[in-house]
Amino acid sequence: MTGSIGMLYDQLRPEERLLIEAAKRKSLKLGLHDSEKLYLNINKMDQEELFEEIVLQRCLSYFRSVHLTSLLENKGITVINSSKIASVCGNKLLASIKLEEANIPTPHTVVAFSIEAALKALDEIGYPAVLKPIIGSWGRLIAPLRDIESAKAILEDRENMFPIYQIYYIQEMIQRPSRDIRCFVIGNSVVAAIYRYAPKDDWRTNTARGGHVESCKVTSNMEELALRAAEVFGEGVYGVDMMESENGLTIHEVNYATEFRNSVPATGVDIPGLMLDFAIQKVRK
Amino acid sequence: MPDYECQDCSADVQVPSDALDGEIVVCPDCGLELQVKRKSTGEIELTEVTKEKEDWGE
Repeated sequence: MTGSIGMLYDQLRPEERLLIEAAKRKSLKLGLHDSEKLYLNINKMDQEELFEEIVLQRCLSYFRSVHLTSLLENKGITVINSSKIASVCGNKLLASIKLEEANIPTPHTVVAFSIEAALKALDEIGYPAVLKPIIGSWGRLIAPLRDIESAKAILEDRENMFPIYQIYYIQEMIQRPSRDIRCFVIGNSVVAAIYRYAPKDDWRTNTARGGHVESCKVTSNMEELALRAAEVFGEGVYGVDMMESENGLTIHEVNYATEFRNSVPATGVDIPGLMLDFAIQKVRK
Repeated sequence: MPDYECQDCSADVQVPSDALDGEIVVCPDCGLELQVKRKSTGEIELTEVTKEKEDWGE
């Protein structure tokens, strides 16, 4: 459907509700597509009529998002964010490679493929360190490795899990305040930023873990760094996460399907409205 | 926006009148996530969200 905008989802969270309400305010018809209720035919190209010209990809699942977006793109539909963006950003290892290539400050990161090699890598990086699954979110299974004993125990646990958890992506633990910063990038602009504070009894700052947020004034440093990080992956909608380290700002994640339910009230910025404006611009191009 | 009761803390939870089947609403007091179930009669029931898949979120 030419000139129209749709939204793919697998759960309608408060973020998707905010997008629906923003579309109503703009008198924009937003087509809704439940990913669990559709199937697509790879051999037929004429299914583009099922979708709008531009589709916002809001699926929670990384694997579903990448594969469903690829199918839509194959039918000529523009998806925000693209499958290329999602596949790289959603994989911490691939994202780290791209950020490093662009000389963007990131934590010292090593990757190993066996417990033995991971322990050697930890000797290099030093304790405490952080073990992260290369795919996965909301801070799940991110583990602090405080000493060799805890490292061995945690790595042994991972040996019994799905193979992707045996790619040992290990980072130095950055000394930082008990918060990090998320910058919302839409197209070529940083539209808002929040501080994410770790909840009591946790060191992770993910709001899904119960952390709280406060509005953060976007400094020129933050803006420059967030835009450079987003540019690495291509024009889109991002949540760029950075930490205030002793050596300045360092980027630890670039999110390709950012949540914003807590950020809208904290910052007063209409993030869903700006996302729709970005999509409308794409329709008009 | 009709009000419903949170199963956990009994606070009022607002559900948009056009809420879709499966939509998630959040209790403003305790933060519990509740899923909207629309019965065939059009009535709304809220159930606790317990499902979280490995590759979900950000």
